[in-house]
Amino acid sequence: MSKGRFGEFGGAYVPELLIPALEELAEAYDKYKEDEEFQEEFRYYLEEYVGRANPLYYAERLTEKLGGAKIYLKREDLNHMGAHKINNTLGQVLLADRMGKKKVIAETGAGQHGVATATVAAMFGMDCEIFMGAEDVERQSLNVFRMKLLGAKVRSITEGTATLTDAVDAAIKHWVENSEDTFYLLGSVVGPHPYPTMVRDFQSVIGEEAREQILVAEDKLPDYLIACVGGGSNAIGLFHPFLADEPVKMVGVEAAGLGVDTDKHAATLTKGDKGIIHGYKSYVLQDDDGQIMPVHSISAGLDYPGVGPEHSYLRDSGRAHYEAVTDQQALEAFQLLSEAEGIIPALESSHAIAYAQQLAPKLEQDQIIIVNLSGRGDKDVYSVADKLGVEI
Amino acid sequence: MGRIEDTFTKLQQRNEKALIPFLMAGDPNLELTKELVLAAEENGADLLELGIPYSAPLADGPTIQQAAQRSLAHGTNLTAIFKLVEEIRQESELPLILMGYYNSIFNFGLEEFVKQCAEVGVDGVIIPDLPPEEGAELQELSTELDIILLLTSISNQTRIEKVTNLSSGFIYAVSTPGVTGAKEELSTEIEKTVTKIKQFKDIPVAVGFGISSPTHAQQIGEFADGIIVGSAIIKKLEKSLDLLEEDEEKLIAKVSDFISSLKKPLT
Repeated sequence: MSKGRFGEFGGAYVPELLIPALEELAEAYDKYKEDEEFQEEFRYYLEEYVGRANPLYYAERLTEKLGGAKIYLKREDLNHMGAHKINNTLGQVLLADRMGKKKVIAETGAGQHGVATATVAAMFGMDCEIFMGAEDVERQSLNVFRMKLLGAKVRSITEGTATLTDAVDAAIKHWVENSEDTFYLLGSVVGPHPYPTMVRDFQSVIGEEAREQILVAEDKLPDYLIACVGGGSNAIGLFHPFLADEPVKMVGVEAAGLGVDTDKHAATLTKGDKGIIHGYKSYVLQDDDGQIMPVHSISAGLDYPGVGPEHSYLRDSGRAHYEAVTDQQALEAFQLLSEAEGIIPALESSHAIAYAQQLAPKLEQDQIIIVNLSGRGDKDVYSVADKLGVEI
Repeated sequence: MGRIEDTFTKLQQRNEKALIPFLMAGDPNLELTKELVLAAEENGADLLELGIPYSAPLADGPTIQQAAQRSLAHGTNLTAIFKLVEEIRQESELPLILMGYYNSIFNFGLEEFVKQCAEVGVDGVIIPDLPPEEGAELQELSTELDIILLLTSISNQTRIEKVTNLSSGFIYAVSTPGVTGAKEELSTEIEKTVTKIKQFKDIPVAVGFGISSPTHAQQIGEFADGIIVGSAIIKKLEKSLDLLEEDEEKLIAKVSDFISSLKKPLT
């Protein structure tokens, strides 16, 4: 069996041309993972540039309103640039720099990973090109402009459904052609080995902090962790440091779009079958012939037909559970958190809030839920206004 | 001896190089694919690759990707492709190789895939996103079926030896870093890899990716045992698609003429 397996999932199903680049990357990562100087630099920039540790905030008004378990929010939205994505891009750009690469490329859905990549590329003086589905370019014009301000080129991808999955295809193809001088800065715990492991490790700072913070605040571990899952990097980042804590339940929340029984959703773990996508084995939304299906979500960041292989493993082993909430439920949660706590969440994170909204009232008041507030919602206000029929 | 090995042996005896055209099964429909395969054989194809259309083809450029889209538009799947091969086999002994992405095969079921290949007469399979590390299960099942693996101009000696040991039928050498697609200028950088493979093991090596003209065919024919041409042939087909309704024979002739022009420098 190949490297980078989570049970039967993961691996590296890639064209032969990418093998040398992936081997080089895996070797470099194995080396620097253990390198004290590298880790110190990573921690330094997380503190001084990203602004970590971010708070684990007790959402008192939301808790009261829902009338059940205590809800804590892990405030990834307070990171520099407003989302958890930068934890990973910072780690990878430090690695790219050590490997002597001068160009970075990345795919993006909502634009958060694109912005986070353009940010660190600017900071380290690297050429940066972002691959983004044409439909997402349209939906996320603010982030497109931010990327350009940061000096990145944005390549609009019109193939297929012109969303995240096509952007990943295009970025991989570009990398096949240019792997010698280009670093592919993948934005989630997906793709061929070593990405799912490497991205998880960089994102694990979320769960490591949350674990310490909740022990200080409550002197006990939480009962539930809740995070939204597209590719699944913010979720695995929160979950992973708690995996050995058996009583802690974990729930990943997928995008049910217009409903999991319609053909417009992105609920991969709820409705998918085992398959291969973007170089890894996992659950995949596909038709009877194994063709990748078009997906839909109100949130561009969850609009993805695959899911990180470790999530497939956690699902099948029963260690984590996966639920799906609809566009409408996410939209309501978006408004709920804005009004109850003065925090405008990203539409992606609103899916996690929406599930907490369902779960909290069923639990006792001394129980604790940690919700990963993976990003802020400024980028979404135009599309939310549109959905609510408000003209800005 | 299988059809693939047999064919390369015979060509070697005649001091000829193999022409391996690629056609996307079902582009634009399966009936025409069958006619094109038979016409290709008549016009110099020594072996033939049949593409299994896939929605997210990681190793393919726009030409083959669009051919796949045309085929998928009317639901071509592996079941239909096996039926096509069965029909072709009633009229031809041309070695046939399926080229497709692993998810199509995984989804179909590996055992069932290998069984069907044997039943209808598929000789080999090329799966560009299944490197040997991930292919053990299929390797074990495929006692008759040749699994043709790929090497590139950036493969190192360790890799060359590993892949060559596991590949059967022939080695597919990728001419230039990138995805499939016809190129104006072709690099012959791959010659070094071909030489290294040959030094390591006596196995046929065919070169593909970017080959688009008789001149390229000649250049590659100097050092390789065969050439694989996909996108350039599909482009010819694409350009003549408006003939599909009114004059199918003319359409087939345009494609076959090109195939025939590619074979000339190889004999």
